[in-house]
Amino acid sequence: MIIYGTALLAVCHLLGIFLGDLLGSLIGVKTNVGGVGIAMMLLIFARMYMEPRGYLPKPTEAGVSFWAAMYIPVVVAMAAQQNVVAALRGGHVAILAALGAVLVCACIIALINRMEPKSDVDPFAALADPDHKPLA
Amino acid sequence: MLTILDKAIEHNGLVGAFAFVGFIVLISGFISRKLTFGRMHGSAIAILIGLGLAYWGGVVTGGKSGLADVSLFAGIGLMGGAMMRDFAIVATAFEVQPHEARKAGLIGIVSLFLGTVVPFIVGATLAYCFGYSDAVSMTTIGAGAVTYIVGPVTGAAIGASSDVMALSIATGLVKAILVMIGTPVAAKFLGLRTPRSAMVFGGLAGTVSGVSAGLAATDRRLVPYGALVATFHTGLGCFMGPSVLYFAVKAIMG
Repeated sequence: MIIYGTALLAVCHLLGIFLGDLLGSLIGVKTNVGGVGIAMMLLIFARMYMEPRGYLPKPTEAGVSFWAAMYIPVVVAMAAQQNVVAALRGGHVAILAALGAVLVCACIIALINRMEPKSDVDPFAALADPDHKPLA
Repeated sequence: MLTILDKAIEHNGLVGAFAFVGFIVLISGFISRKLTFGRMHGSAIAILIGLGLAYWGGVVTGGKSGLADVSLFAGIGLMGGAMMRDFAIVATAFEVQPHEARKAGLIGIVSLFLGTVVPFIVGATLAYCFGYSDAVSMTTIGAGAVTYIVGPVTGAAIGASSDVMALSIATGLVKAILVMIGTPVAAKFLGLRTPRSAMVFGGLAGTVSGVSAGLAATDRRLVPYGALVATFHTGLGCFMGPSVLYFAVKAIMG
């Protein structure tokens, strides 16, 4: 049943948010600490436990993967409701501070990723999709 | 006729949003293939169109939620809101290969810390250069350079003035938009190819909205790895901003 997959996803989501809120109040910040990340890890563990035992038939899996596939459309909708006007009206300080932070971080990312040991194994081999073209 | 159609869409906001976003993605795919010959990813174009529409919505309504403030497109607010966004992000965890994620665990945590401290220093320094030389304003603007949520949370905790808070939020918003647009362009320079590199990116670039949109426009398969780390970013920032980072600025500024 496809709803089992979606329900599994929903339970992981809610449990993760709950644990994130709990963690937040434990360390005394008024915000959720990594709730979504915790939910993601719960879902990874759930899959590691259920798949080898045969608890994840195709329809159940489809109940999760539909939402994973909806990710890009949801992100487009998210982009469409950003406060772009406020961002652009923030003035020099906002634009320069953001630009500076992004540029410095980009250099650090490039530096760390250049230190990554080269490997010939395709890390995505299991999920290879034939339409994927390497970035030009 | 038109008013009936208007009403039908307004009463079925989320369904209307599905149709509308589907249409944007369709057009983006067409532009990607015909105008850029596949050089620019369809999702990158779709996100750009989304941001453009958000600007238009903001100008027309004067509201804070871009296109979602136009009553006909209110459903966009639901579809792209935090609940659906997080639900879809969690779902992508199904594609994570646990051994790849574990391999990058330590470097992911290191980049998460760097991703909080480095933007903070840059933001606070620039604030100082522009005359915001008191510890509270410097901390608030620096925290805004971490994410647009960390900024106001920190500012509220240490008692920043409302114009500094607005500046801090604007800094975070500009950062998120820069990451969304810049990531696919700079993907090669950033070395974004592997799960590990995506986790480093997620930690350092921070801002869930920027990371999730930037990676989506670069390579869909990198998304879960980047998001897994980035979601801890706001929490860490809200934790460090009003405490360690504020005390550090106060100690330096006297």
